[in-house]
Amino acid sequence: MSLWFWVLLACAVAYATKLLGYLVPRRWMQNERMTRIAGTVTIGLLASLTAVNAVASGQALTFDARIGSLVAAAAALVLRAPFLVVVLVGAAAAAGLRLLGWG
Amino acid sequence: MSIAIATGLYGISFGALGVASGLSVLQTVALSLLMFTGGSQFAFIGVLGGGGSAAAATAAAALLGIRNAVYGMQLNAMFGPRGWRRFAAAQITIDESTATASGQTDRREQRRGFWTAGLGVFVLWNVFTAVGAFAGNALGDPKQWGLDGAAVAAFLGLLWPRLKGREPVAIAVVCALATVLAVPFLPPGIPILVAALVAAVLGWVSHARAESGRLLAVEGLEPDVDPYSQRGRDRGARVGSPEAGPGGADASATGSAGTGPGEDGPPHDAGPVRGPEEGAS
Repeated sequence: MSLWFWVLLACAVAYATKLLGYLVPRRWMQNERMTRIAGTVTIGLLASLTAVNAVASGQALTFDARIGSLVAAAAALVLRAPFLVVVLVGAAAAAGLRLLGWG
Repeated sequence: MSIAIATGLYGISFGALGVASGLSVLQTVALSLLMFTGGSQFAFIGVLGGGGSAAAATAAAALLGIRNAVYGMQLNAMFGPRGWRRFAAAQITIDESTATASGQTDRREQRRGFWTAGLGVFVLWNVFTAVGAFAGNALGDPKQWGLDGAAVAAFLGLLWPRLKGREPVAIAVVCALATVLAVPFLPPGIPILVAALVAAVLGWVSHARAESGRLLAVEGLEPDVDPYSQRGRDRGARVGSPEAGPGGADASATGSAGTGPGEDGPPHDAGPVRGPEEGAS
């Protein structure tokens, strides 16, 4: 039940953020520093989420089949594969490595 | 059409990963219906899947949603929806709808593009999330199918289009390192927020440096849409008149600016709506 609370809260915050864009006076949005920070934070969060999902298991750092996914996904992206292909390649790499008995 | 397919497939992967992260089918579906912004939704289940608390998941989702406020400003300047429409427009303010609107020059076309793309993606995204959630539920052990590896690939895929130039890459590397270093010492989920803080500080500092003479706009660093596209890229114009023109003028300028909104798409930050194939956010 408490997970539901956070799910709904996160949704409410997301909507409020969107609506805020329509409600703030124009000159507020001309703050270049804030727009720039919005950009760097997006990059930082995505990089962080990639790292956490690749090597963290709770509070431990582990190197398992997910590293294979990371490498395979990067290769797919270098080859300009579309997003879904990248995700499938990532899944296949982890599943395949586990099938071979690693991770 | 390609947007529809991309959205559908991306929705399926979100649904499956959502259930794998520990959410119920109903909670996964609720995220797509109510939150409806792919980057934040993936962040939410990413933190949960990594063992993080729901509070940390909420914070990460909220931070990743900030760019939608910038989109809202942009759209408001473009065709300014009024009354109840404004509240409906807010919900479908995402990468795809903003990108589609920005691709038009005529105000009426902008409005039409926004609503068509926004509502279309909304329907598809939700239908396919449900499909993915039920399928994920039936799969059994998510690890056997490599779904945890799929999450890694998904985040890298969202990040990739933003890594244009040296500065975004440096920020990404520093934040990833900070995360890894923090993992053993902090509760799960918190290292992600540490990285967000590091990124904000880097943005603050680099802005100060840029202000002191260097070119301000760096590819990939800016949010996908410039609320006022005249700024930044052309310092001269900024001095002259900060508001080069409401609506139309802005939109066309945005379309031609390198950092188009198409580069990433929310619900799916995944696909560029129009334009370069680099997109997936």
